[in-house]
Amino acid sequence: MALKKYFPVFVLPTLAAFTIAFAVPFILGLFLSFTEFTTVIDAQWVGIANYIRALSNDDFINALWFTVRFTVVSVVTVNVIAFALATLLTKGLKGTNIFRTAFFMPNLIGGIVLGYIWQLIINGVLRFFDVTITYDPKYGFWGLVILMNWQLIGYMMIIYIAGLQNIPTDLQDASKVDGASRLQTLRNVTIPLVMPSITICLFLTITNSFKLFDQNLALTAGAPSKQTAMLALDIYNTFYGRIGWEGVGQAKAVIFFAIVAVISFIQLALTRRREVEQ
Amino acid sequence: MKRITAVLLSLAVVLTLAACGKKDDNSDMNAPKAGTVYFLNFKPEVADIYKEIAAEYKKEKGVDVKVVTAASNTYETTLKSEIAKADAPTIFQINGPVGYKAWAGYCEDLSDTKLYSYLTDKNLAVRSGNGVYGIPYVVEGYGIIYNDAIMRKYFALKDKAVSISKATDIKDFETLKAVVEDMTKHKKELGIDGVFASTSMGSGEQWRWTNHLASVPVYYEMKDESDDSTIVSTLGKKEIGFEYSKNFRNIFDLYLNNSVTAKGLLSGKSVDNAMAEFALGKAAMVQNGNWAWEQISGVSGNTVKAEDIKYLPIYTGAEGEEKQGLCIGTENYLAINKNASAEDKKASVEFLEWLFSSEKGKDYVVNKLKFISPFNTFKDDEMPADPLAKEILSWMKKDVNNLEWTFNSFPGQQFKDDFGNALLEYVQGSKDWSHVESAFRTSWKNER
Repeated sequence: MALKKYFPVFVLPTLAAFTIAFAVPFILGLFLSFTEFTTVIDAQWVGIANYIRALSNDDFINALWFTVRFTVVSVVTVNVIAFALATLLTKGLKGTNIFRTAFFMPNLIGGIVLGYIWQLIINGVLRFFDVTITYDPKYGFWGLVILMNWQLIGYMMIIYIAGLQNIPTDLQDASKVDGASRLQTLRNVTIPLVMPSITICLFLTITNSFKLFDQNLALTAGAPSKQTAMLALDIYNTFYGRIGWEGVGQAKAVIFFAIVAVISFIQLALTRRREVEQ
Repeated sequence: MKRITAVLLSLAVVLTLAACGKKDDNSDMNAPKAGTVYFLNFKPEVADIYKEIAAEYKKEKGVDVKVVTAASNTYETTLKSEIAKADAPTIFQINGPVGYKAWAGYCEDLSDTKLYSYLTDKNLAVRSGNGVYGIPYVVEGYGIIYNDAIMRKYFALKDKAVSISKATDIKDFETLKAVVEDMTKHKKELGIDGVFASTSMGSGEQWRWTNHLASVPVYYEMKDESDDSTIVSTLGKKEIGFEYSKNFRNIFDLYLNNSVTAKGLLSGKSVDNAMAEFALGKAAMVQNGNWAWEQISGVSGNTVKAEDIKYLPIYTGAEGEEKQGLCIGTENYLAINKNASAEDKKASVEFLEWLFSSEKGKDYVVNKLKFISPFNTFKDDEMPADPLAKEILSWMKKDVNNLEWTFNSFPGQQFKDDFGNALLEYVQGSKDWSHVESAFRTSWKNER
């Protein structure tokens, strides 16, 4: 078959790109987490010592808890608000398109820029109390939540709108005829039918919240005393900030990868199961 | 036809990928056998000048010099990735004995080079055993910079609370404190917002306290223990008492309580902010080093005259400080990459020797880079003429005890961050001073 003959020709470019940009760095990273090194070419094998140091590192555990708390809060707020906005903006109100565009815009701004913008805004408000965002880790936490909401709501809203528009109107009409209240329609008709969108949105918000880096760096950089440092920032600081800790940083990164992978798989499996065929 | 298009397309992709990888090989082929120089520069403020020097050297000697500058605060990051490449830097910088510990595997022994023999004070070099691995190329000094115009205005006041009549009479912490606090009372008449420019506590902006200021109390602590160079004796300290913590607090509180900015807002301030406040005459004093001249003179609307800029030592209330001078030293040491080819290493050393001993090279160092050079190839009149550098040179000649840069031997960045974080919490009032002390001691022990 011709296809078989040309198989390598078609696959090669993609395969090469995948290998260079993903597989090689990933395997190298995995290998480096078991070694001690200054630069990536002078590694010495130390076994699981790095993992022990990583897990007994208070900063890492703190960052993990902070990240988990942040993820839970922002996943809930982002999705609830995005869904509410999507419902509003599919009702055929005046100016729907303008609102959709406006809500989507923050998503187009880079994380570092957003972080600094919000730092200015929040510090501008806190100025009246003669403090800044680094005064209390709570400020940093809620600052990050607000920032995350502001950035992600628009994006998630677009996905929910697409989902909502796919629901056939006859189903909603039918439920109305059957005497279902608005809440009942929402719970028993709308939500099951937009489940695919919910799957995607949950996946995106969970992974994005977990992996948050630029916004964290720009907004608080972990201050005060690393109490607002999330996992990615902690890994970065470990890798570059401490002599002799490069391997530990790498080990933290591998643990981080494992956590994100496990959580997203569980979430995907759970929500997929609830998706229904129309 | 379709088939051919597909093959052509795939080939195009493969070729572009290959072309990306090939570029470097080509330039290597054309490069002269004599060896090339790759200089990874640490000082962003003089990046363009190094480019000029490289072009001049190419014209004169025909040797390629590639200069790459790491952005502010990213030198270690850049070095880590650059040195892992096939085309690695041949000249890079370490920040002293602690930096040497991290890069020991990459530093060439320079004890046989002419460059080392040029060094006026051989003790300044970073050594280990019989080897010399880092050569300082600039001498710098820091202290409290003050604007004498404002000071003169203060001393002319009828109701001033101190008996001295000029800033140079300030010889200890007691006097400094009396003057500063009285100036704060008169700040309206003096036209300033505060005596000291903002104590910058933003992230990455705390080095004036965690490095420079902390160097002073640790210097005194180490001198109490032995007469050796404090840079050497501090390096061996596994644990530290922070015995002069009270002295650190003395001056740090003075900075905070007489500042342009309220304490709670300091975490948003950068070193640039502080230098701008000083340059605009909103503050009378600021703690910084002679490299800050460019920053002061570069601020538009700057009201500080060059002849009014003077230095005070950082007095902390330590015993015998009447004789204390500025903190003079360096954290800029040149190292040659051990793993580079023999030709490249030779070319790199020759480039540095040219820069620091030929007439043309020296002219660049003095007039463009504005370095106070630690080499004996420079005559007394071959020193930079900016006011802060001149001040440093005059303090070096005075009969005072200029302090070493003891902080060169502090533990790594993590220690400085921990200490800076504790200071920030103290500044914001959420933790008390004992928290700073314990963070200093604990982090020192952990990071050593």
